[in-house]
Amino acid sequence: MTPLLTVFPHLGLIAMVMSLSHLLPLGISIGHDDGAAQAFVVSMIINFAVGCAMWLGTRHKKRDLTPRDGILLVVLAWCGGAAFATLPLLLAIPGLTFTDAYFETMSGLTTTGSTVLSELDALAPSLNFWRCLLVWLGGMGLIVLAVAILPLLGVGGRQIFKAETPGPMKDAKMTPRITETAKGLWVVYAIISVACAIAYYLAGMTWFDAVVHMFSTMGLGGFSSHDASYGYWDSPLIEAVAILFMLIASINFGSHFLALRSRSIAPYRADPELAWCLGIILGSCVGIALYLDWMGIYPDFLSSLRYASFNVVSIASTTGFASTDFNLWPIFAPMWMLFLCSFASCSGSTGGGIKMIRAQLLYIQVYREFVKLLHPTAAVPAKLGGQVMENKVIFSVLAFLFIYIASIVAMTLVMMASGLDDLTSFSAIVASINNTGPGLHKVGPATTYAVLSDFQTWVCTFAMLLGRLELFTVLIVFTPVFWRK
Amino acid sequence: MRIVILGAGQVGSSVAENLVSEANDITVVDTDAGRLRKLQDRLDLRTIVGNAGHPEILERAGARDADMLLAVTQSDETNLVACKLAATMFNIPTKIARIRATDYLSHPEMFTPENFAVDTVICPEQVLTDYIAKLIEFPESLQVLEFAEGRVSLVAVRAFHGGPLVGKELQTIRKHLPNLDTRVAAIFRQDSPIIPDATTVIEVGDEVFFIAATEDIRGIMRELRRMDKPVKRVMIGGGGNIGRRLAKAIEDRYEVKIIEFNKRSAENLAAALNKTLVLVGDVTDEELLQTENIGDMDVYCALTNDDENNIMSSLLAKRMGARRVVALINRSAYVNLVQAGQIDIAISPAQATIGTLLAHVRQGDCVAVHSLRRGAAEALELVAHGDARSSKVVGRRIEEIDLPAGTTIGAIVRTHERTAGTDGKIMREHQVMIAHHDTVIEPDDHVIVFVVDKRTVSKVERLFQVSVGFV
Repeated sequence: MTPLLTVFPHLGLIAMVMSLSHLLPLGISIGHDDGAAQAFVVSMIINFAVGCAMWLGTRHKKRDLTPRDGILLVVLAWCGGAAFATLPLLLAIPGLTFTDAYFETMSGLTTTGSTVLSELDALAPSLNFWRCLLVWLGGMGLIVLAVAILPLLGVGGRQIFKAETPGPMKDAKMTPRITETAKGLWVVYAIISVACAIAYYLAGMTWFDAVVHMFSTMGLGGFSSHDASYGYWDSPLIEAVAILFMLIASINFGSHFLALRSRSIAPYRADPELAWCLGIILGSCVGIALYLDWMGIYPDFLSSLRYASFNVVSIASTTGFASTDFNLWPIFAPMWMLFLCSFASCSGSTGGGIKMIRAQLLYIQVYREFVKLLHPTAAVPAKLGGQVMENKVIFSVLAFLFIYIASIVAMTLVMMASGLDDLTSFSAIVASINNTGPGLHKVGPATTYAVLSDFQTWVCTFAMLLGRLELFTVLIVFTPVFWRK
Repeated sequence: MRIVILGAGQVGSSVAENLVSEANDITVVDTDAGRLRKLQDRLDLRTIVGNAGHPEILERAGARDADMLLAVTQSDETNLVACKLAATMFNIPTKIARIRATDYLSHPEMFTPENFAVDTVICPEQVLTDYIAKLIEFPESLQVLEFAEGRVSLVAVRAFHGGPLVGKELQTIRKHLPNLDTRVAAIFRQDSPIIPDATTVIEVGDEVFFIAATEDIRGIMRELRRMDKPVKRVMIGGGGNIGRRLAKAIEDRYEVKIIEFNKRSAENLAAALNKTLVLVGDVTDEELLQTENIGDMDVYCALTNDDENNIMSSLLAKRMGARRVVALINRSAYVNLVQAGQIDIAISPAQATIGTLLAHVRQGDCVAVHSLRRGAAEALELVAHGDARSSKVVGRRIEEIDLPAGTTIGAIVRTHERTAGTDGKIMREHQVMIAHHDTVIEPDDHVIVFVVDKRTVSKVERLFQVSVGFV
């Protein structure tokens, strides 16, 4: 039996769950009478029918998932989910190509937040809601939701969880049963989401904007219902709320879960990534603010600090909101921000990049090499948060870093070969593979990815998927070994 | 006293040896018959073979009418169970257990009478670690011992050329150090004790024991020898139980390197320590010591469990330029062999840790005992009870007390209680008084007594007992 057939019934179930999630934007659409209701109904029916057919057709082939099936399921769930999610957009927006629609939904589900759509303020509210809902769903990972819900339908979860949740620390389970862990994470995600929406509303957004931007913030996506993003409000208070929740969402949700459960801040103190993550991001905010002030970009230091804080936190946490066109800042500042987004967010958060924990392990490994040079006989363990990391973890992180860099170089070269300038190519690939959103130059925060050719759009789409599923998961599907029986 | 000792390991046998000479009835329990036979051949005591945690074995060891139980087997759990049994089945009044696991030690509530019923918990490794840590803190001293919860210290220093007081009479200390009060308790010259008086002259090479308030000892030491630079770099040879504890205790204050032979234990060691550099290798490997700059080390401690390795390694380290070397040596014959030679300090683990146990065996109210000079001398902290009629010490000036020969009273710690503020809380103030001939001892004073010859200890004990006849 091929792995393909084994995962089909699971995919069918996921498609049916997806179709249920159409109900929310459908309600919005009917409430606003924005004319997209029909598109959602049709899409919902198609989703459900296809899901049903897949499930019924292959359900007798169901067996316990092997790791190989788990990997395939994750990759197909993401590709397929993005494909199904394009239906409302394709049906409601005349003239939208499948390439662009797929880029848009993949950008949502991978919580990247780069868009090819412009004139967002004129777009039907339900479609804006749908885009941002995809970010929220993608944020914690469709799969974590599936792990929490699907086991109730008799679908095992351990293998999927392993394939999905990133980072070397993930084997430390927080509760004895995987289902309980996933549910716990999901509840924490939901609680913080509600708090975020209320905070946005109190800070001056309408309820609709508050919910939509909450989706986008919690998933660290970056979609907005306004072309000007946070420049639309130009409100320091709203920006402060956004900064707070972007930082919260870039912390490991496992730590949030443990902290909420024990009602103490001890789990945050024990989180080895947290201090580095917050320290580096907040330090960069001040640094960039000083730099902007020194370069005389803004009239006074306070406005430098305000713009620097929001945009640095937004990019470093891989969200991708913008409150100003930082493309116009001296090149050092946006480059530093792009550099940050490749590692600043914690593992187990909704952020992208290689994650802080890998960066820390790499740093520790470099330190170990130094010590070994000076003291050839020394026993230097790779210690992180009081725990000794095995060498195989270090090796896998090194391999990961190698593939990460190789992927960036290869795809940047492909983009340049297809005729794009170097800065746009590089920044688009970095922003996509880190699931950040806006790049620089032609794909900067003030413009959209619509300038790219179809081919370039597909490359970026692939980069987003690659980054979101932690490289190995996607690449292994393309190896012959994977398909060998 | 009837004492049951569980476990005939290093601690068990050395305690047995010490106590048997003080006219106690000792029974030793161990699972290893061979070890017991050796002990019995040497010492006058009874031995029982069996598991110390079993009621029947305890019964046979005479637990029913024992005065004290000393649980020092290898296993913490056996020690705990034995104490519990001793409390519930045999009603032994004093129960002492050796507990090594820090996890147990960090939960003192489990030793209460309703739980495991351990009266005193001892951890020889910890005592030894504190001992060595003190030597590193005061690198000029041979030994630093604390009394009265650390308020008073007894320090042994070798007098060196160039010390301002060397070659002078003791009475000049007052002139040299008008603000510091101290008392020289004893001087050992070529291994024989001298009870000092005001006209005694300190000579080069003398081992001088002085007593002072803990905060004053640095100033006094400066008078007896040139002060070295403060210690910055420490190397430890051997990452066993003691090496690990020591590294853990001092790694925040000094740059510490530790050498461990076994690769696996070295890795565990590196995982447990934070700042210490763990090296895999042999402590007698000259090349390793060379590459790790043994010459720049302020202190080198050889703490493996092998006497010969410790001696060779510390000799090597000294030869290669380590400023001060300390070696852990179990065999007393070796200690006498190397002390004061090339090796600066030879520590006998048994001697260093026996004091904590001796405090419980002593008659009278004895708070602390430190065994000195390989068991020949002893320093005790005794509480003076009673009043001028019932006690032979209370209410008397020191010159009036009938002290046995070779005994000096070094210091007195007096507790003043006064009611502070309006809430009636009782504040305790501790006053450290260095003993002079006219100092009067009051009830409940803690008196620190230095005894140069251990054989007179029992006389001192009797002196401090309240005589029942006068009550």
